Amino acid sequence: MSKKATKIKDEQMNRLRRSRLYIPGNNPAMVQNAVVYGADSLIFDLEDSISLDEKDSARHLVRNALLTLDFEGCEVTVRINSLDTEYFIKDLEAIVPTKPDGLLLPKTESFEELIRIDDLISEIEEKNDIPIGTVKLMPIIESAKGVLQIEKIAEAPRVVALGLGGEDLVADIGAKRTKFGRELDYISSKIILACAANKIQAIDTVFTDINDLEGLHKATLRAIEIGFQGKSVIHPSQIEQVHRAFSPSQEEIDRAKRIIKAYKDAKKKGLGVVSVDGRMIDLPVVKLSERILKRAAASYQNT
Amino acid sequence: MKIVKSAQAGSLESCDILISVDPAKEGTGIKINLESPAKTQFGDLILVEIKEVADKLEIKDVKITAIDKGSLGYCIKARAETALRRGAGE
Repeated sequence: MSKKATKIKDEQMNRLRRSRLYIPGNNPAMVQNAVVYGADSLIFDLEDSISLDEKDSARHLVRNALLTLDFEGCEVTVRINSLDTEYFIKDLEAIVPTKPDGLLLPKTESFEELIRIDDLISEIEEKNDIPIGTVKLMPIIESAKGVLQIEKIAEAPRVVALGLGGEDLVADIGAKRTKFGRELDYISSKIILACAANKIQAIDTVFTDINDLEGLHKATLRAIEIGFQGKSVIHPSQIEQVHRAFSPSQEEIDRAKRIIKAYKDAKKKGLGVVSVDGRMIDLPVVKLSERILKRAAASYQNT
Repeated sequence: MKIVKSAQAGSLESCDILISVDPAKEGTGIKINLESPAKTQFGDLILVEIKEVADKLEIKDVKITAIDKGSLGYCIKARAETALRRGAGE
């Protein structure tokens, strides 16, 4: 991998995606106000929230919004319809020229389909004088078949994050949907592992009970513990709870600062090994500390 | 592109615009009837935006009715495009 490619990969890996808010793509009031709620990422939806006879109008509205409106530094993504639908290619041709940060791909099941999608996007980018590789991909795993292909899917070109569709997965497996998603533990861990091995991010599924904000907070803390880098949300009121869960404690912040300082000091002195609070520190611990400070800074900005 | 049937797009929700299109006789041009709470201030602008979309799609003759509920330019253009494409049978 070239230095530039590595740098882009690092930026993508470190990009803050604590919350990503789904916005129905055919609702102008929500589309144009999306930026005010403070989510790290926005997902303009052309898929499940749009009825079949409004697919065209949502596509036109989202395309024009992306061409015209300023989303003030939020990551801008679009969930397009899946490859096996008649809407897929129309969505791709309308949305790629607007240069979104990424496309969410529902029902992803194989590495091969991602290669095909990569080719199609490259063609559209070339035609529109957009540097090849600009538009990133964020597949969503929604079936048992997809889960079993996860290691390959995480390696595919353009992929910077993986998500999972909890409701669809539970239905496909034939499990019972529980409030805190115990039935998704193995799948979540498998996705997180595949992401970590490829230096991309794992984003947790939505918490569907929009009235239970404490439950959401608890579910997010649990997601963070097992390694998710963010959580999808379906209502603006959920963003604050997710960010609260992602805010590091003062103790974590202080320790992260001590680690980074000790690492820098040791580097200056030419020491290879350094310890903080009696524990040995190496590069992965330093990177984790940097991520904690980044989350802390973002939380501070938001409050 | 030719308008061959009546069609509409958008809604009467806040920030949206409902645009209806009907076929018109050849040579009658683009006729737009607009209702908007901001007609005095922005009426001409809204008409220009709708007409721009019709011109871009090379539509010569059409009757358009637009009921605006405080929509922004990106939305007006999107709704006009959807309604016109639907009217053309796409």
